[in-house]
Amino acid sequence: MSAILPPSERLWYKHPIDRVEGTWLAIALVWCLILFFMMVGWHIWGKQNLSTETYRTKPEQFMAKTQAMVDKYTVRTETDEKIPVVAPPAGSDVYLLGRLWAFWPILELEKDKTYRLHITAMDYNHGLSLQPANINIQLVPGFEHVVTVTPNQSGTYGLVCNEYCGIGHHRMVSRLYVK
Amino acid sequence: MTAVATTYRTCPRSGLQFERQAEMLIKAHAFVGVVWLLIGGLLAIGVVLTRWPAVRWLEADTFYMVLTAHGLDMLIFWIIFFEIAILHFCSSTLLRCRIATPKIAWLGFALMVIGSVLNNVAVFRGGSSVMMTSYVPMMAEPSFYLGIILFAVGALIGCFVFFGTLVVARREKTYEGSIPLVTFGALTAAIIAVFTLLSGAMIIIPAWLMSLGLMTVDPLIYRTVWWALGHSSQQINVAAHVSVWYLVAAIALGAKPMSERVSRTAFLLYILFLQLASAHHLLADPGVGTAWKVVNTSYFMYLAVLASMLHGLTVPGAMEVAQRQKGYTKGLFEWLRKAPWGNPTFSGVFISIVGFGFLGGITGVMMGTEQLNLIIHNTIYVPGHFHATVVVGTTLTFMALTYYLIPVLFKREMIAPKLAQWQPYLFGFSMYFFCLVMMGAGTLGVSRRHWDMAFQGAALAYEWPGAAYLMMALVGIGGMAAIAGGAIYIYVTVGSLLWGRKLDAGASSPKFTPLARATPTAVAQTAGAGGFTAPGTFVLALVFLVAFVLYYFINWKYLSTLWGLS
Repeated sequence: MSAILPPSERLWYKHPIDRVEGTWLAIALVWCLILFFMMVGWHIWGKQNLSTETYRTKPEQFMAKTQAMVDKYTVRTETDEKIPVVAPPAGSDVYLLGRLWAFWPILELEKDKTYRLHITAMDYNHGLSLQPANINIQLVPGFEHVVTVTPNQSGTYGLVCNEYCGIGHHRMVSRLYVK
Repeated sequence: MTAVATTYRTCPRSGLQFERQAEMLIKAHAFVGVVWLLIGGLLAIGVVLTRWPAVRWLEADTFYMVLTAHGLDMLIFWIIFFEIAILHFCSSTLLRCRIATPKIAWLGFALMVIGSVLNNVAVFRGGSSVMMTSYVPMMAEPSFYLGIILFAVGALIGCFVFFGTLVVARREKTYEGSIPLVTFGALTAAIIAVFTLLSGAMIIIPAWLMSLGLMTVDPLIYRTVWWALGHSSQQINVAAHVSVWYLVAAIALGAKPMSERVSRTAFLLYILFLQLASAHHLLADPGVGTAWKVVNTSYFMYLAVLASMLHGLTVPGAMEVAQRQKGYTKGLFEWLRKAPWGNPTFSGVFISIVGFGFLGGITGVMMGTEQLNLIIHNTIYVPGHFHATVVVGTTLTFMALTYYLIPVLFKREMIAPKLAQWQPYLFGFSMYFFCLVMMGAGTLGVSRRHWDMAFQGAALAYEWPGAAYLMMALVGIGGMAAIAGGAIYIYVTVGSLLWGRKLDAGASSPKFTPLARATPTAVAQTAGAGGFTAPGTFVLALVFLVAFVLYYFINWKYLSTLWGLS
């Protein structure tokens, strides 16, 4: 019963390590280092790394930039609320905001083209969950996060808010088109 | 220092010595903990039956309220109450020492009770459905935060009484040599708890002031510091339930640690590195740098994962060595086949170890990988993972321990022993299933904390694949089975306290019997095969490693098919 008794040896830390433990310790340590270097390596060789480019912003400031893009590149509107569908040129800065309880506007991107996507939350925390690709990014109010995205499949994507944001949370859903 | 008048009861069934004040404190904390588990379990019915798409039982506002309360009552109140009981048990009882400052310990208990009730009242008034995380600027009622603050102060007092008791034990020489391994593990948990609760104070006090309109808190700073409370509180659980694993290995099988050095070093690694895991929650956030994410999310090169992998080997390894010494030496696994599977204390802990490692551990590392986090952040995969760690790992372990404590601490014969025998299997395996299907749904992208996956009434609704609906229905079924297992636990434990036959308390004495060192045993190198003392456990560990490697790289493969992100 010695796990609940003081160790039998006074200098218990000098007790030799059992072979099972020693072997496992070595294997586990190697595996832990592999786990660590995978993350670092993916920054070098991988293509899916979340950017950390971030600016402080204010709702009105972000809204102004988004409105400018909407005014320039709207191609049509959708739903009764006339949400603009915006098709900005490839390589440009595009804006998407989350607020209670909608995303705005709807973006229409081109496949295999790269965009600088600026995202933020206007009020509470929101979640940007792009489905079915299953890419999930947190939207934090006051912070403009710039993510460089390259869609690799065309189609209609769903944008689901997956950070709880109050009673209308489960109705906060939108679209994103890739041509 | 004057001697304090108290008595020590020697339990005739276990030989454990309970000091009078400590015994009452342990009972009180454990009992209130179980009451919170009961409340949290009732709330779980609401959560599970609402997330089951075909049932969708509660209205949206009720659902979010119930989910907020379920999270707080289970993750914070049930577990921390029970953990303070464990701290007092591991200090006072295991060291046969009077508890330090019992009056202050009772003050801590009172604060915890008042705080937890105040917080729940705030939630059930309906104005505080902010989830356990209560991310600012979304605001709850001031008493929501005040309740958490009072509770945290009470729990901190509990930790300091534990430290004080260790000091008293050393000064009054109640034991010889070093503290036992289980107490050492509890000490780790207490140190982590102090860090956790202070971090909590640093952010919940400003949030409380914000709810009173006295200041504003930056949303990202809130998230960063809050997780030093939110994730670290789960690390208290890890340290505590691993200690209980060693405890149960000792009491159920007479197992001794394979080597004190490895086990204690592993606990030390927890203190040094486990806290960094708060970063797991910020991997999809703006404003935190890549190097910061990589260093922290990996617990600095996964040294805390290393620690868990060591405990995962040494606990069953110690059991194997003990069983082999009893003569169960045939083949690799006779020791396991002949283990006391009918003893719920043992079976609960073993089911917990396996589930914690395979379901909780592997997925935890996967989702805590900086890039892989993109495919699970805020999906229902996350609760799938933490039900495997906190429910299968911590709650099931604590349940198993309760079965031991009913005769020993509460001096009652257990009612319905047959039912108790089956309980860990029903609860544990339905929880395994529940976690797996939740993770399945999360892999398909289904959101956590979401009332309606069908988005009824939304113009631009997204249609989840049929498999996601199926998984969520299975979550409902698995969840209800687990709740039934939880109900049996409550029935057996509370029923035993109410109606169980009273057992002999054993002799009381005004003095403790000093605790001697463990008797040295022959080095176990002769048992086992190939110079391995625990070959069966080693094979199981390799199976674990293969599962880990495969699952890890499958997720990288999945990630590599996504949109380019940089």
